[in-house]
Amino acid sequence: MRWTDAVLRGALTFALLPPLSLAVGHARQTQPPSASTPLPPPPPSPSVPSPTPPNVAPRFLVVLDAAHGGDDTGARIADHLLEKDITLSLSARLRSMVSAHGIGVITIRDYDVNLSATSRAEAANRMSAAACILIHATATGSGVHLYTSSLAPTPITRFMPWQTAQSGYVTQSLKLSSEIDSALAHAEIPVTLGRTSLQPMDSLACPAVAVEVAPLAAGSATKAAPLSDAAYQRSILDALTAAIDEWRNDWRQQP
Amino acid sequence: MISRAERILFMGMLIAAVIMAAILIRLRERAQDRLHALQTSTPLAEAVEALPTAVTLLIPNDADNSLQESQRSLPLPHDESARAHVLLETLLESFKEPSSTHPIAGAGGSSSARGLDIDEVFLMPLPQARDGAPNPGKMAVVNFSTAFAQSHPSGIEPETLTLLSIIGTLHANLPAITQVRFLVDGHPRDTLAGHADLTRVYLASSTDSEGGR
Repeated sequence: MRWTDAVLRGALTFALLPPLSLAVGHARQTQPPSASTPLPPPPPSPSVPSPTPPNVAPRFLVVLDAAHGGDDTGARIADHLLEKDITLSLSARLRSMVSAHGIGVITIRDYDVNLSATSRAEAANRMSAAACILIHATATGSGVHLYTSSLAPTPITRFMPWQTAQSGYVTQSLKLSSEIDSALAHAEIPVTLGRTSLQPMDSLACPAVAVEVAPLAAGSATKAAPLSDAAYQRSILDALTAAIDEWRNDWRQQP
Repeated sequence: MISRAERILFMGMLIAAVIMAAILIRLRERAQDRLHALQTSTPLAEAVEALPTAVTLLIPNDADNSLQESQRSLPLPHDESARAHVLLETLLESFKEPSSTHPIAGAGGSSSARGLDIDEVFLMPLPQARDGAPNPGKMAVVNFSTAFAQSHPSGIEPETLTLLSIIGTLHANLPAITQVRFLVDGHPRDTLAGHADLTRVYLASSTDSEGGR
């Protein structure tokens, strides 16, 4: 290829992408931020982690994104219960529980603030995380709904289109979803699996699963429980922690 | 004293004015006829006299995140856009039934408010492929009413199921529809009710949803 062709192709690639919207593909890059470190207040944008020292072994890092926040309240679960509050509470508790297993955790939202999908994805993609868990809640359905991106899988490249960066990680995301599904089944929590198009999930450059928590409907093996039930929440968080721990073992064995 | 030449000129101009007036009146009548013919040929309502046609609706089930086929018989209009509109209004009406597995109050809040959930369904031909081959498929643009979007339950599962059931129902009954995109009140919108992405074009074949346990 002549150098002029390379320059033109490069210019075209950048022209097709929005500014600051390049999702850098990675496969176990070395970039260990401190464990359990919440991000600083997002406006204008989440901070960049400190430069990575060279020759550091890859570190297993989990990103937790509590959906909604601020004036984006999400679903109204009950009269005085909003999705944004449940997701924030679950995110904070899951961070503590996962950290107790010696796993590095980054939380995207730590207080009641509305973050754009772009800033959430930017913050997550800087971490080179081994798992990205998006926490949602809804008043419909029963148990836990696990969603992965509906994008078709593609090979990971150095530069991925921002809107479809998740396509390079879909296969790993499905494995992670399966891991969480097994852990929830072990805890006897009903699970439904699905694929969807959801922001910022489609822009995440990491194995990503949206975990949507719903009230527990009465069934043959389950007793009805509202989303505010502490024991129900605890069983979900225990299962998620176990799944992340198991995912760490799988991740280490991956090439 | 008016000369003879001036008289002839005046008479000529008078005759020309009369002829032009007659032509203008005739052109106006023809334009009115064309407009009237266009108005009478535009389908404004479903053809009530049409014979009932068997249709397949994909009804969502929130309990197991699935889509279940339901056979109905409906009188459908001849025009494809109008058929798609009637199909989707019937589908959304089923969400308002008391025994619905995917309950949505809808724009009117009850089944009496029929036809308020979807403002319009447009069918557009797809652009040619890169190799110049004609693309036989069509894109359906579904324009939700603002009231429907506001009354829709918020959540990944309910929103995704609504979109998938609409896409699947359109493709099952009008196979030429291979792509679907959504608007709300005529404008692009980020999400339906806070979750499902409305900015992308959905492929009609991607409606399979995995069930739960």
